[in-house]
Amino acid sequence: MPEGRAFAPQFASARHRDETAELGMWVFIATEILLFGGLVLGYFVYRHAYPDAFVAASKRTDILIGTANTAVLLTSSFLVACAVNALQTNARVVCVALLAGAIALGSLFIGLKAIEYANEYRERLIPGVDFAFGGSLANGVQLFFVFYFVATLLHALHMLIGIGVLGALALLLRKSSNTRRRTALHSAALYWHFVDVVWIFLFALIYLPGRSGG
Amino acid sequence: MIHWRPPLALVAAWLGLLALLALTVTLAYLPLGAFNLVVALGIGATKAAIVAALFMELWHRGARMLVFATAGLFWLSILLWLGLMDFMTRT
Repeated sequence: MPEGRAFAPQFASARHRDETAELGMWVFIATEILLFGGLVLGYFVYRHAYPDAFVAASKRTDILIGTANTAVLLTSSFLVACAVNALQTNARVVCVALLAGAIALGSLFIGLKAIEYANEYRERLIPGVDFAFGGSLANGVQLFFVFYFVATLLHALHMLIGIGVLGALALLLRKSSNTRRRTALHSAALYWHFVDVVWIFLFALIYLPGRSGG
Repeated sequence: MIHWRPPLALVAAWLGLLALLALTVTLAYLPLGAFNLVVALGIGATKAAIVAALFMELWHRGARMLVFATAGLFWLSILLWLGLMDFMTRT
């Protein structure tokens, strides 16, 4: 886009551009919902087929790290929402600091997830790599862990992309801000919050079942 | 030079989300049978609604934005409903 123009020629105004960007993000999020939705459909189909095995497998996940990571991610979303608000009120330096905080929390999430994966490798719970689970429930437990690894790895990939996007925007905003960058941050924030929502449901499906029964 | 303060709505949403997280983990340890899953998904949906309404700013948006935002949920419900109908009713 040439210098001196705040918005591309197809838009009537900067506001028109911003609303188009927001609608576009929601369309993109709809496709993402269906991507994770397919996984969740598979989860329910196999949970219905192997109810006892899914509960037993769920009990083997690390509720402590899972809960801590949920709190970390919810807090990072809060920081990103605050960063958007700060930039709208022209507190650019605060916005960059809040983004740095969100990136740090996102990285902490990835770090804790890596520790969790390492523990699961040691407990021989990774299907196709090293899986050993005795008893009649082994097949269903293996299916649970296939879902677990595919879903959490796909989610972690989204986190890494989100961290990269937030980092690039933080670097740009550290120098200067304009309405285009403000809109870009708003779009990135929508993506980050969506990834947070995905985790809210993964947490409920992966970590919470099987905690009550003996 | 810090004149900016976080809006109360965002702070309340964040604290509410953490409280719901504590609640859902606590309730998961109570023996409620099949209701454990219902409670977990219900609280999850509440948390998602708070994130969508306040963090994603849908609360302040008009009907057109809401249609775009809920389109994904509409298609997801078709996917889960038609997808699961066969498996849940097969004998």
